Amino acid sequence: MVRFLGFLVGLGFVAAVAWSLLWGVVAYVGNPPEQTAEARLHEEPRSISYSFSGPFGRYDLQQLQRGFQVFKEVCSACHSLTHVAFRDLRQIGYSEAEVRAIADQWQIQVPSINPDTGEAATRKAIPADHFPSPYANEIAGRAANNNALPPDLSLMAKAREGGPAYIESLLTGFRNPPAGYQVPPNLHYNPYFANLNIAMPPPLVSDGQVTYGPGNPAPTRAQMANDVAAFLMWAAEPNLQRRHEYGIPVLIFLIFATILAYLAYQNIWHGPTSRRVRPTGVLDPENMAKNAHAKQDAGVAG
Amino acid sequence: MSFPWAEQYKPKHPLMRWFDDRLPLPRLVYGAVGGGYPVPRNLNYMWNFGVLAGLALTLQIVTGIVLAMHYNSNADTAFNSVEHIMRDVNQGWFLRYAHSNGASFFFIVTYLHIFRGIFYGSYKAPREMVWMLGLVIFLLMMATAFMGYVLPWGQMSFWGAKVITGLFGAIPLVGESVQHWLLGGFAPDQPTLTRFFSLHYLLPFVIAGVIILHIWALHIPGSNNPTGVDVKSPQDTVPFHPYYTAKDGFGAGVAMIFLAIMIFFLPNLLGHPVNYVPANPLSTPSHIVPEWYFWPFYAILRAFTSDFILPAKLWGVLAMFSSILLLFFLPWLDKSPVRSGSYRPMFRIFFWIWIVDVLVLGICGGKPAEEPWVMISEVATAYYFAFFLIILPILSMVERTKPLPNSISESVLHGEAAEAAPADLTGATPAQA
Repeated sequence: MVRFLGFLVGLGFVAAVAWSLLWGVVAYVGNPPEQTAEARLHEEPRSISYSFSGPFGRYDLQQLQRGFQVFKEVCSACHSLTHVAFRDLRQIGYSEAEVRAIADQWQIQVPSINPDTGEAATRKAIPADHFPSPYANEIAGRAANNNALPPDLSLMAKAREGGPAYIESLLTGFRNPPAGYQVPPNLHYNPYFANLNIAMPPPLVSDGQVTYGPGNPAPTRAQMANDVAAFLMWAAEPNLQRRHEYGIPVLIFLIFATILAYLAYQNIWHGPTSRRVRPTGVLDPENMAKNAHAKQDAGVAG
Repeated sequence: MSFPWAEQYKPKHPLMRWFDDRLPLPRLVYGAVGGGYPVPRNLNYMWNFGVLAGLALTLQIVTGIVLAMHYNSNADTAFNSVEHIMRDVNQGWFLRYAHSNGASFFFIVTYLHIFRGIFYGSYKAPREMVWMLGLVIFLLMMATAFMGYVLPWGQMSFWGAKVITGLFGAIPLVGESVQHWLLGGFAPDQPTLTRFFSLHYLLPFVIAGVIILHIWALHIPGSNNPTGVDVKSPQDTVPFHPYYTAKDGFGAGVAMIFLAIMIFFLPNLLGHPVNYVPANPLSTPSHIVPEWYFWPFYAILRAFTSDFILPAKLWGVLAMFSSILLLFFLPWLDKSPVRSGSYRPMFRIFFWIWIVDVLVLGICGGKPAEEPWVMISEVATAYYFAFFLIILPILSMVERTKPLPNSISESVLHGEAAEAAPADLTGATPAQA
């Protein structure tokens, strides 16, 4: 009875899905889907290797500081970095005094309350503060940017397919649209952006836009894009390097423990005091040979 | 319980004897996972995954309880509290990555455990109850994992919750009311998040309870084995401890190596980048997908695109739920007296096609609902249902199975005439099921 009902239910599902398939094939053959301009012109992020790529990857603190400088002088005019605090900058090699100075001199002040009157006010940032947002709220952000809200950058390197390589490709990917492609007003053509038209104007417009200190590479646009992508990866995943540093000894320990566990297992099954046992199934070569032999003797096929 | 030759617990230390006389807990453990549980001696590595699933649940509960100490189930602050865990809580990044990758680990070992059960006929008499309790655990796992994915309150959390609860809206008459009742409102919001957090904390302990029943039911007939032949004599078994505790220890080590590689070096590989964007009810992501372990079922859901007597959406929802619920009837759909796929030449072929089919469904489920993925998932969905509801019942009537060994010990001990008897090579009388 179960099998009979199951058979009917099975036929029902197969018939329903076959019906869908039939119409799907008819539509596909009669009207093959055309590739949209987005699909044709869109480009995947370039493959870029960073100092933090791979299992032994580490952050290059010098590069993170350069990237922070690019963020401070270019990106932070429009973008917030809300999940990162000034105190976190200690991790990329700034001293406590430097962090205090960076917080104190930050362009945007932190919302506060006037201690005497209770009115809304602002104060200078301290290391414990998170980076203040350049806009008071979403409406202010949209009003200042043709209704396109500049997204928060703290997790950007993890929130897009491709991560830092996507950011770097995007920052260096602005170009003139191909002939015949119409870019809507107030938008900018960039093949790395999902729908090709990004509201952000090209942020890195000229080499030397940011002045790096002595001992650093020349601040070309490519170099600045590379540095800020690395900085945003750190902002998104500050514990990446620690994660890698923990991972290697953990793996060494686990491999060692697993080898010991394997030897213990073999010792228990095949040691001098164990019962005579072979922990194998029908796919064991000895078994298969034996079965084949027995079948041959008995003249059974298959 | 178990076999007559199972060893009895004999406490050596006077303190343990005193304890055992008053509360026979050591006796229970000894009989369940100790020297008192005789297990077929020929289990292969596919029998490691049950213990690994238990390990995964333990890992999820331990990391989850600590994460709950730092997590905030408020729609305004949930996302930030997860970032607080990642940045400011000591080793919080480890806890969260262990928990999120631990969920994937749990599903991988559970899927392998289920595949093993299907290939070796572990669902067949007398283990139907073990099988069905296992499916209850699987359903509870899916509910728990789905609700857990909502908690970070990212874009995919929000829209995933909206799509999945929206499935209930396809039920005729009561669908919409059920959907609102699940969400606690018209769309996912604060009531959804708090109830999902509460249930996400509760269900793992329900799972642990059902696992106890699963193991209890298993211990009545004892474990199945790769030949599918019943245990007949003490020669066929070894005590669980130390033989299989040692083997499971090795298996756990290998599994932990894979899990550690994921946690420390590829923690976001299986996640979706969009979930690092805070939930925004006004902005729909271009491509909503659940976590990878739901992809095969998501592909089945989306395979029904044309109305056929019933609306297409209802077909999709019915098919998705049926694809799991039909497994409850598997012991009665497949009546072949031979358990192990190793002795069923035709079943074996259809089984491996089914494995490929499930993988294809998984790939389609992760892709956007575009051609050719929809057409491929339609073919794969048809095979999925045909395999269980049409092919298996027919196979069990027409298939000519291979000769079974007379006993487990015969299949593993070679050239030992004293123990091995000649196999029944005609295949006419399969071993007792």
